[in-house]
Amino acid sequence: MHPTMGLRRGLKLPDSEIAVQHNLKHHFADMEQQKETSTFGMWVFLVTEIMFFGGMFAAYLIYRLSYYNAWVAGSQTMEIQLGAINTAVLICSSLTMVMAVHSAKLGNRKLTAIFLILTLALGFAFLGIKGVEYHTHWVHHEVPGADFHFEHAGNYDPRQVAIFFSLYFAMTGMHAMHMIIGAGLLTWLLIANARGRFSPSYNSPVEMVGLYWHFVDLIWIYLFPLLYLISHHHNG
Amino acid sequence: MEAASHSEAKTNYLNADYGIKSWLLTTDHKRIALLFLGSITFFFFIGGFFAMLIRLELLTPAGDLVLADTYNKLFTMHGIVMIFLFLIPSIPAVFGNFLIPMMIGAKDLAFPKLNLASWYIYMAGASFILYAIVTGGMDTGWTFYTPFSTTYSNTNVITAAVGVFIVGFSSIFTGLNFIVTIHRMRAPGLTWRRLPLFIWAHYATALIMVLGTPVLAITIVLVALERLFHFGIFDARLGGDPLLFQHLFWFYSHPAVYIMILPSMAVISEVIACFSRKRIFGYDFVAMSSIAIAVLGFLVWAHHMFVAGISTYAALIFSLLTFFVAIPSAVKVFNWTATLYKGSISFETPMLYAFAFIGLFTIGGLTGIFLGAVGLDLHVHDTYFVVAHFHYVMVGGGVTGFLCALHFWWPKMTGKMYPEAFAKLSAVLVFVGFNLTFFPQFLLGYLGMPRRYHAYPPEFQVLNVLSTAGASILAAGFIMPMIYLVWSLQYGKDAGPNPYRAAGLEWKTASPPATFNFDETPVVTWEAYNYDEIDAPDHGPQKGVEVAG
Repeated sequence: MHPTMGLRRGLKLPDSEIAVQHNLKHHFADMEQQKETSTFGMWVFLVTEIMFFGGMFAAYLIYRLSYYNAWVAGSQTMEIQLGAINTAVLICSSLTMVMAVHSAKLGNRKLTAIFLILTLALGFAFLGIKGVEYHTHWVHHEVPGADFHFEHAGNYDPRQVAIFFSLYFAMTGMHAMHMIIGAGLLTWLLIANARGRFSPSYNSPVEMVGLYWHFVDLIWIYLFPLLYLISHHHNG
Repeated sequence: MEAASHSEAKTNYLNADYGIKSWLLTTDHKRIALLFLGSITFFFFIGGFFAMLIRLELLTPAGDLVLADTYNKLFTMHGIVMIFLFLIPSIPAVFGNFLIPMMIGAKDLAFPKLNLASWYIYMAGASFILYAIVTGGMDTGWTFYTPFSTTYSNTNVITAAVGVFIVGFSSIFTGLNFIVTIHRMRAPGLTWRRLPLFIWAHYATALIMVLGTPVLAITIVLVALERLFHFGIFDARLGGDPLLFQHLFWFYSHPAVYIMILPSMAVISEVIACFSRKRIFGYDFVAMSSIAIAVLGFLVWAHHMFVAGISTYAALIFSLLTFFVAIPSAVKVFNWTATLYKGSISFETPMLYAFAFIGLFTIGGLTGIFLGAVGLDLHVHDTYFVVAHFHYVMVGGGVTGFLCALHFWWPKMTGKMYPEAFAKLSAVLVFVGFNLTFFPQFLLGYLGMPRRYHAYPPEFQVLNVLSTAGASILAAGFIMPMIYLVWSLQYGKDAGPNPYRAAGLEWKTASPPATFNFDETPVVTWEAYNYDEIDAPDHGPQKGVEVAG
């Protein structure tokens, strides 16, 4: 239904009603059905994301069992401090994201914008720190390929450490890719928010991006212990 | 036909808007379905062209038509085009897209823009694959097995793999849209157990699309990383495991077989009920068997790897699980047959295809049991027996189901009837041509002719000549509908809203339907396939079939 149709007929609608009608897509019966549908769709999408990362987690598990000593050695090259800081950064960004969703629900445009910008800034901080780590691995010839070189001091083949690093770069790289997509979504929200698209009755895009952002954080919450912590105090 | 002329005069989804832009920017699920129909038909004939070249090469024992390398490319391109660009999207993206919202009384799918996006994503991925084909092709087989794909092949592996990766997202988004639509958009009164079985089977298909395809996506990413940056995850020289690739690949690609067959089963349930004028026997079992196929389908992938080096115990367990999948498949076949029992059967074209499906799928499915038995698989692995088996499932099942759906819902999509006599002739041609093409391949495989060779010993020639002759008949059977269906757009009889007096909400609206399908959201108070009520002489208008909008 066209948003101004009621007005053309000479009916007077309260402002909130007009906002509701403007955002209700033609194929839904009401706002509630529309909102439930988009939430459900986002959850189904997140399930596909779990399967996407699941392939790599399966490979990680299999090789960790096969090449345990190499896994320990690879894990011990990780910089735990940077990883821990990044974990804290991401958790904070989840908090600011929740606050952005909350502000959008209250209809506070200014606060929504501030929290979205904070989330974005924390996201970039994460990517920056990740970049520093990648650079260190690069300098130490720990990137798989022709240049790979690993001083080994244990009962394992250094090529097995290359597989650890292959999975490390594949998993954290895919995670970083999701962060970059998330940053794009946050920017889009900022623009829409500045144009006054969100209101207490219509804010599901903010909530959907929020779900996505938390999911990407959650992936990191698994990656950090598996890649950095789990074998740190074992002897290779 | 007053109802027909009435619906004719109305605006419908085809004439609501004109011009190329109104098609390329449409969010109407029915128009998007037609976009898909055009695209997949195009790729079906490309894949069919490669198949013809393969069959021509195998007409003679000597490898005299194409070089061995070219032959490798031909069967690879045939497989990739047919599977990723035709079979996977075929029924879901065309008929699922067109019919799911109508069957559940909705105005559209839950996410119309995402639906359009999935067509564009499909086209983008298809362009990559097409580009890989015209710039020299690829020769890894459709399975992209490592280490050949990552290390040794000098063909366009990356371009094709990127194409498959992208097309996968089209499939994911279609599946996501279906799941959410079926959960959230049903008309009032349309409870789960009142849903047509078409919906149940598509729901199961969508589950596989959503759960399986991402695994293929990440597997392809890892292959690409390996090929470009020498990561070594699948490279035995670097300590990696090529078998891991096969596990991850078949974790998607075996369930993908059910993406290709479940939608056909969806179609057959509708058609069998309509042309035997009966409710499907054992509705609950048929519905649940779809879900069971989707679930069990995820537990059998390693039966593709019996000779690849998995352990004997793993092989035995996967063999047993493979036998389990036969149970829900058999439930469907038996229940369709039981539906026919004492039905008033008529033999319109869709019903001919449905009969063909039941017979061919049964042969394809049962030979799958042969292959799932470890001992027999060792004997016929990588022979023409396997080729014959999966063509019985994918062409005998998948393509036959597609043609069945195309004829059954053509009147609904276009408002025109197809010419019945030609359609029946083509159905017979498809059935005869198909069996002549692929049955000899069972024999060839059992006698030991391996797949994927462009030359073979002379004693296999007679069966190969039969197969190639059958392929020509099959080709005629596929080209005929192209011609008469296009012809019918102009000259076909007006179909009216419900030419078959079929049950189902999609038949209660005009043909072709209006853009938003229904003038008013229907309220459902009856069970699916209420043919007793439709055929009863005193049926009331609220349950009637000719309530053209």
